[in-house]
Amino acid sequence: MSHGTLEAVHPLYGMMAEFETPTQLVEAARKVRDAGFRKFDAYTPYPIHELDDAMDLHDNRISLFTLIGGIVGGCAGFGLCSWVEAVALPLNIGGRPLISVPMFIPITFELTILFGGLTAAIGMILLNGLPLPYHPVFNVEKFANASRSKFFICIESDDPKFDPEGTANFLESLGAEEISEVGR
Amino acid sequence: MAQPVELPDTIHVGPVIDEGHSLASVSDKVGGIVLKRKTTLGWAFGLLVAFGLLQALLASATWLFIKGVGIWGINIPVGWGFAIINFVWWIGIGHAGTLISAILLLLNQSWRNAINRFAEAMTLFAVMCAGMFPVLHTGRPWLAYWLMPYPNTMDLWPQMRSPLVWDVFAVSTYLTISAVFWFVGLIPDLATLRDTSKKPWQQKIYGMLAMGWRSSARHWQRYEKASLLLAGMATPLVVSVHTVVSFDFAVSMIPGWHTTIFPPYFVAGAIYSGFGMVLTLMIPVRKFYGLEDIITMRHLNNMAKVTLATGMIVAYGYIMEAFFGYFSADVYEKFMVWNRMTGPYAPFYYTLILCNIITPQFLWKKSIRTNPLILWIISIVVNIGMWLERFVIVVTSLHRDFLPSSWGMYSPTIWDFATFFGTIGLFLFLIFLFVRVLPMITIFELRMLLPAAQVKEPVAR
Repeated sequence: MSHGTLEAVHPLYGMMAEFETPTQLVEAARKVRDAGFRKFDAYTPYPIHELDDAMDLHDNRISLFTLIGGIVGGCAGFGLCSWVEAVALPLNIGGRPLISVPMFIPITFELTILFGGLTAAIGMILLNGLPLPYHPVFNVEKFANASRSKFFICIESDDPKFDPEGTANFLESLGAEEISEVGR
Repeated sequence: MAQPVELPDTIHVGPVIDEGHSLASVSDKVGGIVLKRKTTLGWAFGLLVAFGLLQALLASATWLFIKGVGIWGINIPVGWGFAIINFVWWIGIGHAGTLISAILLLLNQSWRNAINRFAEAMTLFAVMCAGMFPVLHTGRPWLAYWLMPYPNTMDLWPQMRSPLVWDVFAVSTYLTISAVFWFVGLIPDLATLRDTSKKPWQQKIYGMLAMGWRSSARHWQRYEKASLLLAGMATPLVVSVHTVVSFDFAVSMIPGWHTTIFPPYFVAGAIYSGFGMVLTLMIPVRKFYGLEDIITMRHLNNMAKVTLATGMIVAYGYIMEAFFGYFSADVYEKFMVWNRMTGPYAPFYYTLILCNIITPQFLWKKSIRTNPLILWIISIVVNIGMWLERFVIVVTSLHRDFLPSSWGMYSPTIWDFATFFGTIGLFLFLIFLFVRVLPMITIFELRMLLPAAQVKEPVAR
């Protein structure tokens, strides 16, 4: 509960608060947002859907990218079949149509899924800014528990409303177990 | 409007996860199997046996490369033999993993959380084993890249209307998407291993694999969206894969293969055999690693029920196959059914009926569904039965076709068995490695099942 060593860490990435339960965390995250902070993040050992609302997280770009990926894959699949069968190697088998749509559906479908699925996975990783070998939050020793059993909120020093002393007091008032400063 | 039906608690046996677990304890228990547990003699022995079996695959593949497919029992008219039987069997086994990880995710079945990682790993390894057979069966495996469309000096392209080419696309897409889905699911757990490990080399390896995952809520939101999208796409994919596999048969004109029931009947059979294999692997693993509190009776009971349900669909498929043969009024179709039931391979047919239709009927009884030992034995019988099903489909249709002058018999050689058991060795070898180096249960999804993980509403504003 002590933050007597403030100003010790320079430059400062942000102020981190540890919470014991998910309910406390969601409540705190909502208050942090309502207080006007925008550059902050919550860290939880599993996805908490209530946070999407509390932190106003509505990034739907990944769905759009996946849709585009799927459409591109579908066109690629159908295009490949049509090009191979009608242009590259046309075989006249009893006068049957060269572009035989029903027979092209399986490959069209498989490539739709392949491209869509890869876009979803790669899109998620890239939009999340991964792979990222170093991040300041890992400087806090107790942060190792974020992937195990504890809940954290970190308000970043880039936020216009951030001031080390005031933010630490604010986080403490939200019922945080422990406040630590995060070095860059 | 109809009221939602409240199911009585008595239909479930026990909880999804035993009481007394906390966020920290599930992480430490599952992560500890990888990080803390000493390598046991039993594990080493199992790995060695699997590795020994794997040598049979290497030896038989080498001999195959030297001599060609003549070392197998295949002939004309039975050109497909063990290679295709094993291909269909392995790929079918894979389907349960995707069903558990994707379809049950979309259906919000939270009991899947404890078994999906393991089942998905099984999928991945089974598809690897499956993919080897068509390539070996081509006779010139070093030219396998001819299956892919690419500009070449021969000016030749694959026939895009052929189910065998569809198979190439379906199976390679399936392997890719399964691997991606599996890896995406692993990222948060790899981060857990990185953060709880005390050894620098472990921290480095798991850290690199976790790619810097930091459990951020902003990341989780996109992560959940991507998982849902992947599940939504893997669901039709898994149905399409075995549909395409069944097209290999159904699009041809061979009696007994040329039926419209093949796609749904193959998909049901795939899920049936897959759940059989999940049970076969999971019952011993749960016992040896003391995971009875995480993979509970509820899981075994549910998996047994899915096995029973898909087994009944398969039984319906068998009945319809016979009926179609009779109702077709086609002399070849009728003869095929008659020959299957009374011909030289009839004992295989009746064994398959015994394994696949009679045996799962025991699963109607709750006391059997919740008895791990009996369930394990039934699951092995189901695996054998589903292998026999593919044997009967492939061999009985091919060995007696339209002209009696071209009839023949098929008997596998030692090399057929060596290749088959070799892939079982490869499969088990990979499973043994997997349970040692990666968390076999999705830890972060397990946390979501705990009462301590629930946000208590209403949150004061």
